[in-house]
Amino acid sequence: MTDGSPALRQTPLRDRHLALGARLVGFGGWEMPLQYSGISDEHHAVRRAAGLFDLSHMGEIWVTGAGAGQGLAAALVTDPPGLAVGRAHYSLIAAPDGGIIDDLIVYRLAEDRFLVVPNASNADRVATELEPRLAGLDAVMDDASAATALIAVQGPSARGILAPLTDVDLDALKYYAIVEGQAAGAPALVARTGYTGEDGFELFLAPDTAIGVWDRLMAAGVPEGLVPAGLGARDTLRLEAGMPLYGNELGLDTTPMEAGLDRLVKFDKRGDFVGRAALEAAREAGPRKRLVGLLLRGRGIARHGYPVYRPGEDSSVGEVTSGTLSPTLGEAIAMAYVPLSAATPGTMLEVGVRASRVPAEVVPLPFYKRGPSQPASDKERRT
Amino acid sequence: MNVPEDLRYTPDHEWLRLESDEGTVGITAYAADELGDIVFVELPAPGSRLEAGSTFGAIESVKTASDLFAPVSGEIVAVNEQLSGSPELINSDPYGEGWMLRVRLDDPSALDALEDAAAYRTRIGAA
Repeated sequence: MTDGSPALRQTPLRDRHLALGARLVGFGGWEMPLQYSGISDEHHAVRRAAGLFDLSHMGEIWVTGAGAGQGLAAALVTDPPGLAVGRAHYSLIAAPDGGIIDDLIVYRLAEDRFLVVPNASNADRVATELEPRLAGLDAVMDDASAATALIAVQGPSARGILAPLTDVDLDALKYYAIVEGQAAGAPALVARTGYTGEDGFELFLAPDTAIGVWDRLMAAGVPEGLVPAGLGARDTLRLEAGMPLYGNELGLDTTPMEAGLDRLVKFDKRGDFVGRAALEAAREAGPRKRLVGLLLRGRGIARHGYPVYRPGEDSSVGEVTSGTLSPTLGEAIAMAYVPLSAATPGTMLEVGVRASRVPAEVVPLPFYKRGPSQPASDKERRT
Repeated sequence: MNVPEDLRYTPDHEWLRLESDEGTVGITAYAADELGDIVFVELPAPGSRLEAGSTFGAIESVKTASDLFAPVSGEIVAVNEQLSGSPELINSDPYGEGWMLRVRLDDPSALDALEDAAAYRTRIGAA
């Protein structure tokens, strides 16, 4: 159960997780809740009502100064100076050879103030990579990962739960937008972002306020169907939504084009950026492999690392990056890298599951897309 | 954690209940709980053989896949067909409706090589 690994970092909400009966696991150097009531229950709650997530393991790196935007444009594949104040975008930090060091979200809080949110396991690496990339510019980097808690409320009921607890006008807060305000009794950066495929909000907080915010959201949310949700549900939710996970779909050996993230790479932005030359060459050459969705057509569940075959062939042509039994669809779904010639939807492949081969059909991503957005105003809400 | 006194256990969290020369096999409540929501079980066909310590099948939860290890050697006389449609029975009733298979033991004294409830309880820290 406990693996005895030393020195896992703990979030300010650890006692709450234990009191809720969570199973804690090591993840990205942190001791995090894997599940509370069970992954399926939590998953369905987020799809139907709301889930409350402790994401305090995520990194938070501030870049400030008149040269902050320019510096980030040179450091990342996207173009952060193109962001309006109060908006955010999904980005990648590439290695000089075009491989992906991490995927992250960039929020613009002011003309000269950006918040970069990398994965927990890569936060140190991203900070280490960013610093020299900002050298010589009027830009200061501050890794606030240890001094920031992050709580997410995700799901169709998230807006209704959070709205009475905040002075932020949530209807005016667009998807991928962020604003400073009060939320659940504490000063917070309130962002309409998430990793579940549902509408939802992420609250960046001072660690000593996290317990109070968590308790207020639980008290207000539980009657609306909110449940605490762990990393297990977060993984099945993001997989259904076709969102990549670093270390599974993304890594130093994958390019944005292979991962289907071509749109993120702004070749037309001004100036050089780390990885530009390699990515231009990769674009010219075309990807060798492509990330696809697989729907298993036989009994079995594909998992990370399982081989992918063309029907009847002996040697594998690809590999599963993530797979599970989709709680929403009730079918086994997976993402996998396969050769371009096998990447067309409708192509039948096979996944090696232990001793057997399970037929799998290439399908478009995502596996799940949320329905029409929730009613925007209070008077339209069903009571 | 429920560890019934009348069963024998493997270090891999299978249990065995012996009735004359036939044994019923399943996984423990501890294992089912560790796996979380069980969604799929792969079992051998009746008539095939179990070899003590060898893999006889696999069990999958939403979270992960795990091998199943045979507690004893013998011939499989029945498998729990209900599990193909309702694998969650392993979570809800691991020692009852969640049973996996029945085996005719080559040697009923093989039971002595398995842990008793007290030893298994110690193993999982439930003493």
